[in-house]
Amino acid sequence: MPVIAVRNLAKTYSTGAVDVHAVRGVSLDIPAGEFVSIVGPSGSGKSTFMHILGCLDRPTRGSYHLEGRDVSRLTRDQLAEVRNSKIGFVFQGFNLLARTSALDNVELPLLYRGGGMRAADRRRRALAVLDAVGLADRVEHLPNQLSGGQQQRVAIARALVNEPAILLADEPTGNLDSATSREVLDLFRRLNAESGITVILITHDHAIARHGDRVVEFHDGLIVRDERRASERAAGSEMQAAAQTTG
Amino acid sequence: MSLFATIRVALKALGRNKLRTGLTMLGMIIGVSAVITMVALGRGAQEEIETQIRGAGTNLIRVRAGNFRRGGVSMGVGGAPTLTVEDVEAIREAVPGAQYLAAGVSTRDQVIAANRNWNTQIEGTDVELPLIRVWNIDRGAFFNASHVRSAAKVAVLGSVVRDNLFGEGADPVGERIRIRNQSFQVIGVMAAKGAGGFGQDQDDTIFTPYTTVQKKLRGRDGTNISGITISADSPDNINFVADEISAVLRAQHDLPPGEPDDFMVRTQTDVTTMRSQMTQTMTGLLAGIAGVSLIVGGIGIMNIMLVSVTERTREIGLRMALGAKGRDVLWQFLVEAIVLSLVGGVVGIGLGFGISEGLTSILQWPTAFPADAVALAVGFAAATGIFFGFYPARQAARLDPIESLRFE
Ligand SMILES: Nc1ncnc2c1ncn2[C@@H]1O[C@H](COP(=O)(O)OP(=O)(O)O)[C@@H](O)[C@H]1O
Ligand SMILES: [Mg+2]
Repeated sequence: MPVIAVRNLAKTYSTGAVDVHAVRGVSLDIPAGEFVSIVGPSGSGKSTFMHILGCLDRPTRGSYHLEGRDVSRLTRDQLAEVRNSKIGFVFQGFNLLARTSALDNVELPLLYRGGGMRAADRRRRALAVLDAVGLADRVEHLPNQLSGGQQQRVAIARALVNEPAILLADEPTGNLDSATSREVLDLFRRLNAESGITVILITHDHAIARHGDRVVEFHDGLIVRDERRASERAAGSEMQAAAQTTG
Repeated sequence: MSLFATIRVALKALGRNKLRTGLTMLGMIIGVSAVITMVALGRGAQEEIETQIRGAGTNLIRVRAGNFRRGGVSMGVGGAPTLTVEDVEAIREAVPGAQYLAAGVSTRDQVIAANRNWNTQIEGTDVELPLIRVWNIDRGAFFNASHVRSAAKVAVLGSVVRDNLFGEGADPVGERIRIRNQSFQVIGVMAAKGAGGFGQDQDDTIFTPYTTVQKKLRGRDGTNISGITISADSPDNINFVADEISAVLRAQHDLPPGEPDDFMVRTQTDVTTMRSQMTQTMTGLLAGIAGVSLIVGGIGIMNIMLVSVTERTREIGLRMALGAKGRDVLWQFLVEAIVLSLVGGVVGIGLGFGISEGLTSILQWPTAFPADAVALAVGFAAATGIFFGFYPARQAARLDPIESLRFE
């Protein structure tokens, strides 16, 4: 069973006189553990699609099953619960809370967990993921005391802290130089390989999209290309995914 | 999110902008401390009045010449020539309940002793005054009936007058003072009695025979007096005695039925009730004005919370993206507003208490700690937080996560 199953998904924005058809009927299956790049020119509907995949928004038409559950018609509060437990977001602009330590930023999703979590446990979990992204020595730093790459790694730690099923990254390297971009992309690759988390990377840059096992290209709200890369790395990753589904 | 976690999140958010948090609280602090101070002052004044009644005795009756309800406005109360010494004698004879009586004529003048002078109240009265006012003599003696008959130039000083003319604690008995270029002999000093409320100090007075004021100081050789001070034999029948006095005076003055009194009879309780009502009204008024500043403080909180919601739109969007529900965001902002107003309220209570204490110890203004006003202020502060915090918090909770994240 794919972790994401989308059928004939469409999103139309009705702003004033004209309707904007941002996504116009998209079907896509993403198996668990896959590293997928979604690429396309600006305005092609990538972010709109990602907002729906991330349960930040609801589709106008079509269905969306996340881990087998239809989430296209959930209420606001139900969507919030799904976002909290199943999805980790990484944004272009990092979106860290200013004047708030890396540790406190990473703890944020744990505050909104159903059932709650004790402060000591929250701290332990946050420290562990900060360590996993290589920031164990920066936990008390404030965002303005960290480089762009470090800030994005704090944001990635925050996205991972609730052990979500998928990591959704919308232009995560858009604000970073090429060397730092590589570091962040390598981190995604490593997390995907080590913990098997499904990564969906959104970018307008084909060079960056090549880091994925599979590249899905958007144009004008439609998928115009969908291909798996025949590299060794991708093959290994596919085998891993197959092993997971059978095992 | 648990309430405890919500409070922590709110405190952290407030701590991120300490200057703004402090300034917002200031509105609340000023409002609450103003209310506490005003009520404490009002209560203090009232308590003092009550102490005065107990001190002066509840069986005091005062008759003043003239009446506001009659013509002769220019005369004023106490100035109308309607009371005479004969009236005093008539009451003494016809009203057995009137135990002690003293005719009174007062004036104000400059008093000179050796090289010092002092402007004070000169109260012309009669020998029974210390009995009526339950007032002891500290040194020497009060004047006697023969002093009154002969309009002797003798003076009994209140303790404040003594302190100012002869030095604190001095014994001036036998010394001489000058009033209107006439020499008076000091024959006694009254025991200190303390302030009488509304700034009038009972100890800032000189007592002389009323005849002396009439003949030597007012320069008017008449039998008119401005008032009579009387004590009833018991506080229980004070109203009955007061009515009898009125009847006697009406007969003395040949007032036909229907004609209003040309004098005023007031019992101590009348006076104190009136004064205490006045104080209550003043307290209410001042507390009301101070209360307006509380509302202004509340609006300040709402204003800052609204600005804060707009400024923190991205934060709200992020929290929602990470799983915060509308009610989590609502509670966060509501708790922030409540913390602002409650902490402001508690600090305001402390400050109000400090100001009241300061007024008492520096200016000697009486104050009383108003426990109920404190409870009210805390309640009002919390209510302000909820009332003025709810609208901004709901605005925050209704935000759309995507649009908020995109907000610049
Ligand atoms: N909230 C919105 N209201 C109206 N139109 C929107 C909104 N969000 C996106 N659009 C429009 O939808 C189309 C797709 O936008 P988007 O998904 O952001 O594209 P991309 O991320 O690929 O650049 C664009 O034409 C954009 O103007
Ligand atoms: Mg986009």
